[in-house]
This record gives sequence, C-alpha cells and structure tokens, in this order.
Amino acid sequence: MSELEFRTAVRDAIAEELDRDPSVIFFGEDVAVAGGVFKATPELFERFGPERVFDTPISELALAGMAYGAAVTGLRPVFEIMFGDFMALPMDSLVNQAAKFWYISNEQGSVPLVVRSAVGGGGRFGAIHSQTHATWYQGIPGLKIVFPSSPAEAKGLLKASIRDDNPVVFLEHKRLYSVKGPLPEQEVIPIGQAGIPRRGEDLTIVSIGKSVADALAAAEALGQDGVSAEVVDLRSLRPLDLGTVLESVSRTHRLLAVEEGPMIGGWAAGLLGAVAAEGLHELDDAWILATDETPIPYSPTLEDAFIPDTESILASVRSRAGVVAG
Amino acid sequence: MADVQSAQQTESMTLFLDAYARMVLIRRFETAIHRLFLEGHVHGTTHLYAGQEAVAVGTCLALEPEDYVTGTYRGHGLALAKGTEPGALVAEMLGRASGVCGGRAGSMNVVDLEHRLVGCYGIVGGSIAAGLGAALSASRQGRVSVAFFGDGAANHGYFHECLNMAKVAMLPLVFVCENNFYAEFTPLDAATAGGDIAGRAKAYEIPSAVVDGNDLWAVHAAASTAVERARGGGGPTLLECQTYRHYGHSKSDPAPYRPKDEVQQWMERDPLKLARSRLLDDGLTEERIVAVEEEAEALMEDAVRAAKDAPYPDPRSEAATEFRP
Repeated sequence: MSELEFRTAVRDAIAEELDRDPSVIFFGEDVAVAGGVFKATPELFERFGPERVFDTPISELALAGMAYGAAVTGLRPVFEIMFGDFMALPMDSLVNQAAKFWYISNEQGSVPLVVRSAVGGGGRFGAIHSQTHATWYQGIPGLKIVFPSSPAEAKGLLKASIRDDNPVVFLEHKRLYSVKGPLPEQEVIPIGQAGIPRRGEDLTIVSIGKSVADALAAAEALGQDGVSAEVVDLRSLRPLDLGTVLESVSRTHRLLAVEEGPMIGGWAAGLLGAVAAEGLHELDDAWILATDETPIPYSPTLEDAFIPDTESILASVRSRAGVVAG
Repeated sequence: MADVQSAQQTESMTLFLDAYARMVLIRRFETAIHRLFLEGHVHGTTHLYAGQEAVAVGTCLALEPEDYVTGTYRGHGLALAKGTEPGALVAEMLGRASGVCGGRAGSMNVVDLEHRLVGCYGIVGGSIAAGLGAALSASRQGRVSVAFFGDGAANHGYFHECLNMAKVAMLPLVFVCENNFYAEFTPLDAATAGGDIAGRAKAYEIPSAVVDGNDLWAVHAAASTAVERARGGGGPTLLECQTYRHYGHSKSDPAPYRPKDEVQQWMERDPLKLARSRLLDDGLTEERIVAVEEEAEALMEDAVRAAKDAPYPDPRSEAATEFRP
C-alpha cells in the first residue's frame, strides 16, 4: 500500500492548485530555488517558473501586505512565513486588513490568501522557533485557522484553503513533516468539519495538529486499561466545529482537551467554555492538558517534559479517572 | 499646426479645469464633513484632507480608471479624486446604509473597488504594503498601482520593506509620500533622520523626486513620468509631495503646535488658489471657473441632504448579524 509523506502532501497540494488555477501564486523566503527550509516545496519553481513561484526578501510585513493587496485585486497568493513564531510580524496586514476586508468593504470583494508556517515544539529550536501561533489569531473574525494532523489532511485541507475565498492561516507541525500516512480518500477536506479518527464510549479526547497522533496512541493504550476513548481531530480552530465535540460528549460525557500551548488564552479553554455553555448537562467531567505557563525551553529534558505527549495524556487520564494501570 | 496646438491647449485646459473642479469638490466635501462632525452627524473621528487636494487629484489625473490606488485614514480626497461618488462617500461618513461601504467602514477605511480604490488604512504604513500587493496584480494586468502615505509612514518598516521589495521585483508601483510636515503632532525634523524622504529612495536605486504638492501641474507632471515608467516595466518611483493640511491631525486636534507664520505661509499657497490663478493666466474665463465652483457646491449640498435622509443599516438584518465570507 502506497503512503504519502506530510511534506510531499504539502508540496503536491500547492502544485495541483497552481496547475488548476492560473491565479494561484506561491512565494516566501527560500521557498522557490531552495525548495523551503523544511524541504516542503521542492521543484515548484522549476515546474511553474518565476512568475508563479518566487523567493522574497526577509520582509514579513511586506510579504503579508503584498499577499493581501494581491488577493483583493485578482490573484490567489499562497505564501510562507517560515516559522510560526515569525507570525508576530505580519499581524497588521492579516488581522487589520485581510480579515476585515470582506466585511468592511460591504462585501465588495474577498481575500483568497493562504499563509503557511511551520509550528510546534519538539525540535530543540528553543522558545522563539517552537511556538504555535494559532491562538494569537483565533480571536479574529474573518480569518480561518487550519491545522492538519496527517499527510492526507495536509493535502485535502491545504487544497481547500487555497480554494477558499477567505484568508487562511495554515499551520504545519514540524514534527509531522517526515510522517508518512495513508493517501487521501477525498481530494478536498471541507474546512470547519472536525474528524473522529477513533470511536469510543467513555471519554472524548479532543485535539489538533500533531497532538492528534499522541491522543490516538494514548487511546490505544487506554483500551488496555478498559477505557474506551474517542478522539476528535478539530482540523480548524476557526471555524470551530463545536457541533462534533458536543455530539461526542453527549455519548461519552467526559472531555479532555490536549493543547500544545498554555492553558490561559488557549483554544482548549475556549472550547471547554463553549461546551459548558451549550452542553453542561451532558458533562460528568472536563479538563485540559496543556503546557506550563512558561516560554518553551531548549534543553531536551525540559522540552520533553514541557510538551504534552502520549505518556502525559495517558497519565492525565489515569490520574483523573482513578484508573490503575495494568 | 497652429490648429493642432490650439486644440491640444484647449484639451489640456479642459483637463485641468476638470481637475480643479475635483479639488474644489474635495474642499467642499471636507468643509461639509467638518460641519457635520460638529453637528454630531459624523461619529468617532475624522481626518480632513483640505490643503492637500493637488496631490491626490494631480496623481489620479495621470492614471487610467483601471489603475489601483491605496490611501490613508486621511483618504476622503483620494476616494473623490479616483471617482468615488460624493453622495455615497458622505453617506459612509454618516454611517448610513447607502454609504459606499454600507456604513461598515466609516471615515478611515473606505474601499471602492469599482473605482480601484483598494482601501484606506487606519494604521500608518498599511497603504504601502497593500499598494505593493496591488502592484503584483497590476504587473500581470498591464496596470499600475499607486500607494499614498504620509511623512510619518516614511519611518515605518512597511516603507523600507516595500521600497526594497518593489525594486527587487520591479513592480509597477508609484510611492506617493504626502509630506505635510507633521506626523500627527510631531514635526518632521523631530522624527525623521536626515529629513530627506525622497533621498531615501537612492539607497534602493529607485528614482525619486521632491514635488511641490500644492501645485496641481507639478504633481501631474511628476506622477505622469512615474506612471509611464511603471507601465513601461521600469519599476517603482518615489514621489515626495510637499504639502500642508489646513486642519489639525484629526477632529480633536486644533494643531496648536504649528507656528502661526508657518500656517500663514502655507495658506497663501493654498492649492486651490494656485490652481485658480493658473487657470485664469492660461486664459480660462472667470465665468467658467465660477461655474465649476458652483457646480461642486450644489453637488455637495445634494449629497449631504441625501445622506442625512438615508436610513441607517438595520442591526437586526441578516447581513448585520451573520458573517458569511
């Protein structure tokens, strides 16, 4: 059975959309000739040429502003802001211009752009090359925030993002680039629909991005304990598919949200609040496994302890549920 | 030959008379908005363009209707210069449903894509990057993009990043700095190292010029050269148009920081006065000039009346409560 690597899925999604729609363009720092620092976009430059695929100066403000201005005048830009941490720089164009345009122009035009970044810890990149910027952008109506958990999702969701008429913040977890997985079953995965990669009866573990794989591994192990865990993969944080989470909780009555980031100001806290507001009567328990409220440490011992993983999810569930292992 | 020359002169005079009419319209518009603000009809804040009319009008005179422009929060003049319907613009200021953006944008953020006004930006420098992006599209469409911004924006990262990017990619972009010598309340020389905004283009090997921004003809000539260069594949140009605002920075600013004699000198060089006297010198009659002035006056009176009578957007409507991008 053939498999797809995550980074190839990203490349193929961009290539297929460049092929399908002449208004799609792709640019960023070292994405064209060099093929991307994570080797996610090789051969696009050779195949589509410098008019469609090009390198830019290290100018995040100009990049995002250029993408926005191009998007409202007829192009469909896909651009890379290399590390998610750098997404602090282009916030003005994305938050104050792109996200607002459709609404404040009274729907004169839309903003079909996609900004891709590599995010997440585990790579020993330290505090300022390991963050996940999704929650920095989550409070902004007008943006979509998409975060795939597998190669198939990377391809289907990136293609959907490029075809979407709204600005999309697209996150790629660094620890997923080398992961291989099954080929996509559908060409395009609709944005805003969570997936349920594992069914269960006793507990819903909801997550996004790389943590989904950790949740699935933990769910397998919990099966040995006699705990049947369902895993929900949110896929996007805006729109947020609250309906799928509520439906799952109405069956399991227990909810654990796993977030690679701090609890305060995080998406998990917002999700639990929304679940409580809409479905408190369904809940027997709900809690969050997040990181410490500190910057992301560099040293391997510190970083490994900092990031939620399969072991810490297992430990959290066992401790919360009073399960004795074995 | 004499007939051809004379025909060209007549055409040119008509062109500049129309441009003068547009400048008068902007002045009347801003006078009306100032009054409407004091009367409580305009909400929040507003930044008036009076005194700078020759910059937007002279530049837009050098453009084709399909060319793009981006502007600042002091953007009413640019919108009118690019062709936005005055009635729809007043209604927008008044927050009415008939506004050019349905009352959703307000004074600082007007968008009029029909006239290729990509947007006006409430945060200093935003117009530069938006104009850069429009230039990327323009380069594929045989069009040109013009980014307007103030002297304050020349100290912003957007300015330097976009000058560099536009030159590296040789984009058809004209940077028009409206240097009115005050970044909000702070004078140019207190905030701008070197004091030479046009000179900053030299480091990027971008052609630049200092332009008398109160002289409609000077602005038009400089803009025409820059637009021609951009359209011909010659890349970006930076124009520093020196001008002066008649009001303070915003509605709450009486501008006490500006020396009286400085204000007086600039008021004597009011761009409308200069244009009027040039048109008379060029042989236009007082009657024709008065006629366009009265026309602008009447247009504004109608626009204000219609806007005041227009309904506010309904907060209970589906459009107001559902975000359906």
